[in-house]
Amino acid sequence: MAIKKISFIVDKLPYKGESSRLALTHCIASQTVEIHLEDDENVEPVLAFVGDGVLNCLKNQDAAAYGVSTLESHIKNALLTDIKVLICEEDVKRLGLSEDALIMDAEDLGADMTSQIVPFSEIMAEMESSVHLMYF
Amino acid sequence: MSKLTIGCFSSLVGSMTLDFAVKLAEAARKKGHDVDMWLSGNGTMLSKKGQRSFKDYSSLEKTMTELVAGGMTVVACEACAEARGFHKEDLIDGFGRKSMDWYLASCFGADRVLHIGGE
Repeated sequence: MAIKKISFIVDKLPYKGESSRLALTHCIASQTVEIHLEDDENVEPVLAFVGDGVLNCLKNQDAAAYGVSTLESHIKNALLTDIKVLICEEDVKRLGLSEDALIMDAEDLGADMTSQIVPFSEIMAEMESSVHLMYF
Repeated sequence: MSKLTIGCFSSLVGSMTLDFAVKLAEAARKKGHDVDMWLSGNGTMLSKKGQRSFKDYSSLEKTMTELVAGGMTVVACEACAEARGFHKEDLIDGFGRKSMDWYLASCFGADRVLHIGGE
């Protein structure tokens, strides 16, 4: 079976621009990519938040003022579709965040996957083992 | 001959990033490589027909039309285009409109992917 790993790396702030939202929507699109591929082919997505991008992972987001869906709902959808979600540990510490403040699961949607706070070296290892990198 | 997939997320007017991507695609085609170009986010602006050429702004419609006529595949994200008021009838002839999974599928089959992010 041919599977190609594609890493989506997000270092942009949420709601400042469209980049992090596009990263999530493109990553979640891997859910339906198989309709374009042969039976034995598929894409394995990895979504990693680094730098200021870890702020996309904050809980209790409210985008009602903008009338748009939250990045929180997109991250939960990613977990629901079994996407590996990594959050850079060093940046979590640098920004003074705790695990409690971050979206670590999507149990309310019925997702089994959880986010992982990992050292940057693990994110690098994921990037090195990926066939393609998409940097947002 | 190899296949290059270029994902473009930057706007046409406001940066020269799309100009760079198109020049790169043109160079790859001249060398005989297959090129898929994906336009998403503000990059979908490149897919709109009827753009008027001003000296002070980039105008890539002619170049892109020639590249598509020569066999390059150009596809715009339909959701990003619709959100910006670009409908199917507004597309430059020969351009495609598909959902984001098309881009991932193109990447799957590509020898190299250049993902050129947005602002």
